[in-house]
Amino acid sequence: MIRVATYLPLAVAAILAVVFFWALSGDRDPSRVPSPFIDKPAPALDLAALDGGPRLTKAAFAGRVSILNVFASWCLPCLAEHPFLMALAKDGKAQVFGLNYKDKPEDAKAWLAEHGNPFTRIGTDRNGRAGIEWGVYGVPETFLIGPDGRIRHKVVGPITNDQLKQLRRMIGDLGK
Amino acid sequence: MIVEAGHFALILAFVFACIQIVVPLIGARRGDDALMDAGRMAALGQFAFILAAFLSLTHAFIVSDFSVAAVAANSHSAKPLLYKISGVWGNHEGSMVLWVLILALFGGAVAGLGNNLPPSLRARVLSVQGMIGAGFLAFILLTSNPFFRVNPAPVDGSGLNPILQDPGLAFHPPFLYLGYVGFSIAFSFAIAALIEGRVDAAWARWVRPWTLAAWCALTLGIALGSWWAYYELGWGGFWFWDPVENASFMPWLAGTALLHSAIVVEKRGALKSWTILLAILTFLLSLMGTFLVRSGVLTSVHAFANDPERGLFILGLLLVATVGGLGLYAMRAPTLKTGGLFAPISREGGLVLNNLLLGTGCATVLIGTLYPLVLDAFGGGKVSVGVPYFTLTFVPLMVPLLVVMGIGPLLAWKRGDLPGVLMRLRAAAMVTGIACLATILLNDGPAFAILGVTLAVWLIMGALTELADRIRLFRGPLSASLSRLIHLPRSAIAMTTAHAAMGITVLGITGSTAWQTERILIMSQGDTTEVAGYALTLEKVAQVPGPNYTAERATLQVAAGGRTITTLYPEKRRFTNPPQITTEAAIRTTLMADLYAVLGDRQEPGAGGQGKAGWTVRIYHNPLVPWIWIGTVIMVLGGLVSLTDRRHRVGAPARAQAPGRPRTA
Repeated sequence: MIRVATYLPLAVAAILAVVFFWALSGDRDPSRVPSPFIDKPAPALDLAALDGGPRLTKAAFAGRVSILNVFASWCLPCLAEHPFLMALAKDGKAQVFGLNYKDKPEDAKAWLAEHGNPFTRIGTDRNGRAGIEWGVYGVPETFLIGPDGRIRHKVVGPITNDQLKQLRRMIGDLGK
Repeated sequence: MIVEAGHFALILAFVFACIQIVVPLIGARRGDDALMDAGRMAALGQFAFILAAFLSLTHAFIVSDFSVAAVAANSHSAKPLLYKISGVWGNHEGSMVLWVLILALFGGAVAGLGNNLPPSLRARVLSVQGMIGAGFLAFILLTSNPFFRVNPAPVDGSGLNPILQDPGLAFHPPFLYLGYVGFSIAFSFAIAALIEGRVDAAWARWVRPWTLAAWCALTLGIALGSWWAYYELGWGGFWFWDPVENASFMPWLAGTALLHSAIVVEKRGALKSWTILLAILTFLLSLMGTFLVRSGVLTSVHAFANDPERGLFILGLLLVATVGGLGLYAMRAPTLKTGGLFAPISREGGLVLNNLLLGTGCATVLIGTLYPLVLDAFGGGKVSVGVPYFTLTFVPLMVPLLVVMGIGPLLAWKRGDLPGVLMRLRAAAMVTGIACLATILLNDGPAFAILGVTLAVWLIMGALTELADRIRLFRGPLSASLSRLIHLPRSAIAMTTAHAAMGITVLGITGSTAWQTERILIMSQGDTTEVAGYALTLEKVAQVPGPNYTAERATLQVAAGGRTITTLYPEKRRFTNPPQITTEAAIRTTLMADLYAVLGDRQEPGAGGQGKAGWTVRIYHNPLVPWIWIGTVIMVLGGLVSLTDRRHRVGAPARAQAPGRPRTA
């Protein structure tokens, strides 16, 4: 009995070793948590427009594939992903909306004037309230919303080349 | 040149480590004194060359030699000298060099100071130390070379992560490693004992000072880390059950159990197999901690080297140590002779209970830490295990532990007299009862505060009762008691100190979790808010330049009873190299409580004029929180006192002659 029991620690260690080995392999990223918003209806949204036009509300998403990009003029990674948003806007397969997060309107306008404006409409979220509703925990973040008003995909951090491809593929599928 | 010499020294250290593995092992087998002595020379040589490598790397950091990749990536010429030096171990490569330096330091200490050890045991211990050293030196040389040059050299470095630029954190890793790596000696002693097939009182006595030293360092290292988290991260808390905190806490729990079970082996010759297992597990848990931190398999604030190749290498080392250690244990442990019998109610019984509870506590923390990983591995999705789990599982286990800690030391060896002991604890029980009642009457927080205070007072009173008992306080002239106190074995004083200190820490934890007041608000210039009887007024927020950052510094006047008592200056520091913002909490301590202020973001007025402009300010009142660290420091002092105990200074007892084997001396 004791003889068997003395092998017990080794057995437990062996199981842990297998788990550790698995954890190291592949492109597993432990810090990525799937968004609880996926496939759920988009949260409430009602923001004043940056240019003073009609307010940005959920109704804007109805009937078409939409992208909502959370950005700010003070955010460097936003600048890095900016060309990809311009490209998505140029594709014309989805409407691209902006959520200007904790930013001064004059700064945001200057930033867009300098780098180009991919957005059809921009809501201003000066105190970050809408950001809380949408579970934003950093800038930039990008949501893909289906014609039925449900969130289908979320990119945390700047859009990369791979993510641009995935977004385009998903926009194509949703648009069918 | 100095850099290349350092690299070469590291390679030579690896060669010495290899010699240290083979030669003394053969010497011990043949009983050849010359070969066994060569092991000591190899251990000292390994230490000397790692020290040379470490110094050359430190030199590169001090003179800001940015042609060295590790310096360029982690240092900056505008950094204060202290952080240039602490930058040596503020990164993966350098910290590994510190790791092996401490490992070699312990090996060298066994070689140089272990004159009272039987040569064959010492030779085998050194050989196992050599194996660990060779493994980690190979790891550094093959995957994490700290001396790697970059060409062309950058003009300046990218700087050390600003939240690491802090005196508390400068000394946190060295102490932590002293602890982690110090347990390697307990491991090596356990393996050597398994190879020799003998564990006895003398073995337990030899291994004790090493375990004790490692335990003291680990305790201090964890305390420094938690203190740093408390004042630097600005969350007002001191322990977050983060995977990496847990990774350091598990060896601490196992090491604490080991300290206690080794006493039973030493005094009574029982629990041999269990103590060996604990010695092996404690070091394996330390290694696992190293693996978890450096492989990036878990998310943590500490994950600083997300490199699967390195993770794989450490996993390999961990696997070799585990299979070697636990495999040898599985084969040899059944042959260890079990020693003295004892009744369940006895000092041994108390220590067994201590070990069961600490062991279960350690397993609980292990499960909580690895559960997300294991679940993910079996396709169960992503979860995180947070504070509620540990509050529900770990904390209840500590309640009986603290109760027993008050009673156990008064029990006699072999067979204790529980009713008699409880009679002797009358006075302690009365004081505890009064403290309990007082807490019930005064408590305005959650009910667990009553339990925490009661347990802590019980523990302190129990420890003091034991000491008073020993020196016959109040049962004769005071001078006689004092003279007894002076002649008491240091280990007895150490135990009272450490146990009472645990009580102080428990009081600190209880007070700060139960009675914390937290206020988060937006303050404009001139606003006043009240927290726990203090009135805080925001006078201004100004830009202040620092050596390698600029700070927004708030001036908060603190008044109590209409009188200004102090001014707090919480800061938000904006570093440029690398760009990052850190918070500097302002803390005013009365030793009974901390007033703690953090400056947050500047707030713009909300849309439609709702909300006001100002700064987010968080203010905490944390009662008793300094006691957490006062308690741990006293606990460490207790450990140090125990290290000076007479039985570790004078020659160890002669070992009983092994049957059928001539003594090699």
